[in-house]
Amino acid sequence: MNTEKQLYTVSIYTENNIGLLNRISAIFQRRHINIESLNISPSEIENVSKFIIVVNMIEEDVKKIIGQIEKQVEVIKAYYHNLDEIIYQISGLFKIKSELLFEERQIQNIIKESNARIVTVNKDFFVLEKSGRKEEIVELYNELSVFGIMQYTRSGLIAVSKEEMKISALLETYNN
Amino acid sequence: METQTINTKDKTTKTTERISGSEAIVRCLIEEDAKIIYGYPGGAIMPVYDELYKYQDKIHHVLTRHEQGATHSAQGYARISGKVGVAIATSGPGATNLITGIADAQIDSTPMVCITGQVFSHLLGSDAFQETDIVGISTPVTKWNCQVTKASDIPTAIAKAFYIAKSGRPGPVLIDITKDAQIEEFDFSYEKCTKVRSYNPVPKTVFSSVEEAARLINSAKKPLIVWGQGVILSEAEEAFKAVVEKAGIPAAWTILGVSAIPTSHPLNVGMVGMHGNYAPNVLTNECDVLIAIGMRFDDRVTGSLSTYAKQAKVIHFEIDPAEVDKNVKTDVAVLGDAKASLELLLPLLDENTHPEWRQKFADLYAIEYEKVIKNDLYPTKEGITMGEVLKEINIQSKGNAAIVSDVGQHQMIACRYAEFNKSKSNITSGGLGTMGFGLPAAIGAKMAAPDREVVSISGDGGYQMTIQELGTIFQQKAAVKVVVLNNDFLGMVRQWQQLFFDKRYASTEMVNPNFVAIAEGYYIKAKKVTKREELADAVAEMMASKEAYFLEVCVEKEDNVFPMIPTGASVSDIRLE
Repeated sequence: MNTEKQLYTVSIYTENNIGLLNRISAIFQRRHINIESLNISPSEIENVSKFIIVVNMIEEDVKKIIGQIEKQVEVIKAYYHNLDEIIYQISGLFKIKSELLFEERQIQNIIKESNARIVTVNKDFFVLEKSGRKEEIVELYNELSVFGIMQYTRSGLIAVSKEEMKISALLETYNN
Repeated sequence: METQTINTKDKTTKTTERISGSEAIVRCLIEEDAKIIYGYPGGAIMPVYDELYKYQDKIHHVLTRHEQGATHSAQGYARISGKVGVAIATSGPGATNLITGIADAQIDSTPMVCITGQVFSHLLGSDAFQETDIVGISTPVTKWNCQVTKASDIPTAIAKAFYIAKSGRPGPVLIDITKDAQIEEFDFSYEKCTKVRSYNPVPKTVFSSVEEAARLINSAKKPLIVWGQGVILSEAEEAFKAVVEKAGIPAAWTILGVSAIPTSHPLNVGMVGMHGNYAPNVLTNECDVLIAIGMRFDDRVTGSLSTYAKQAKVIHFEIDPAEVDKNVKTDVAVLGDAKASLELLLPLLDENTHPEWRQKFADLYAIEYEKVIKNDLYPTKEGITMGEVLKEINIQSKGNAAIVSDVGQHQMIACRYAEFNKSKSNITSGGLGTMGFGLPAAIGAKMAAPDREVVSISGDGGYQMTIQELGTIFQQKAAVKVVVLNNDFLGMVRQWQQLFFDKRYASTEMVNPNFVAIAEGYYIKAKKVTKREELADAVAEMMASKEAYFLEVCVEKEDNVFPMIPTGASVSDIRLE
């Protein structure tokens, strides 16, 4: 087992019920674990939600957290993966003054090279969107920040695992 | 009352009646066989109390003197009967007063359903009078909780609550019901809950893991069993006894496990942990196979984990997968219900007696007897010891009483020395260490098992945390025997101050009231004992009493509980003095 702290995703399949976010976040809070990012969305199964929580921990502790999460009545199953075991994306949004687009020719090159997408442009500002790994978004942020960024925000990490997650099969065994 | 018959989806015919949410709550409780419930009324729960008034021939509501008392009484009721305890409170302070008992039930795996009233749903989040976010507050200390804002959701919520509270590893559940949901009328029908899609309460025992466990046990030269409350909760007492006897393995208990087999059983080698017995603690670090059954390796049991049973192969019989490898790494984990697993294990075990290994326990017991037990039970000094009070209770009860203890020195002494013949007889606050637990828990236990002798043993500190429940004893005519072992100190904290803080007795000395007068103020027969020669007769008189009885015993002020494993020390470094 890996004894170094590293980033893990904790993927949790749950019922879609009020209060469950509180119950799950309390498990991290109680153990003084900082959540690096959090995303909740519908999953591939109807009425089943999927949490993706990113934490920086040692593997042994992640395993224990998984046990505590799975113990919750409305949690169907929880998994953990390191970043090599998943396909993941993070999205970043950058709001920048429109005039810079014309005054600073370098910005146009940065946009091209980073494969960022222009979401909208008006006379005051334009919005760039960049999806990818965290480092790519941070790199773009660093490049743009020298010109001044009006607003910047980064989404939680979303991921699918390389291995199969047999949630539907699991739900069936519970029902039998 | 309007009655109608409707066809539900699955074509079964169900009878429904149009009733209010509050009546539905009471009807649900009756359906779940909750014959005695504990609580305290208030604004947001008044419609439910109005229904309890109408249904009082079917359900007995006990008015405690504080909502915390209601939870502890419900816990006592649950612990002695194995049934789900029920506590009811109003919103706001009523609800927050339940929290200590809920946290206690959570950590000690006690099945309990709490129902709280809540402000009208349109007022939620508006800081309305007596509004508090009890679902948010109780989340970390409940097995499950939810808020109900529609009357029609009440039956499924309560059915689910009872099912979740009792199944698998039991625990407390809280249902918060807004006042409009209580008032609203709907078509009521009730169906017990038997499954929740996302919830797998009892992992199926994997037979190969049992075989592996059996192989390890059969090859062991120095096996040790440590069992916990899981044996009692899964009603595995018979299977457990059969396993212990067939394999001839010395068996030690955690504080919540005691009474699963009689304390007098020849293979019962006593309590493990901080104030447990000498032999099982020392020999934990000498056994070759450690068999943990329905216990969770609490830090008070293991002492320093880095030196705990490192030489041993560890087998863990456990219902909760999250407990496996949580504190102690296991070699073989047998997940599942203890009873089912032990029944599978039994035929695979070789008969054995381990005479040399058992002799070691006897030898170490002899040392503990000489250094500690003899002085506790048969003291030669002037002051009365807590141990000799327990000895007198044992003489009178012949091991048949349920002992309900509070938290502190008296609790350790009670658990060390109380004799038990019957399971579910030791009721105490183990994991949370809740002072004030004892007296109200004893009330719940006595009401659940009126034919049993129930003795509440408290210290002068914890007793005063819920002393008002004497009023409940009086009003309910609950024949609880209440013993206070009074040393005019918060004894356990004082002991630590003596041992680890150079006797700086900061805020541990108690200037106490006239306890006998207080008990008599509640019309409870009461007596105070200060001399050894009065003790035996007083205990005999108390135990013979048909009604509630209060006995204060003034014990030696600065006695310490030994053996003791200091915090952070290894179990084998247990101190005898």
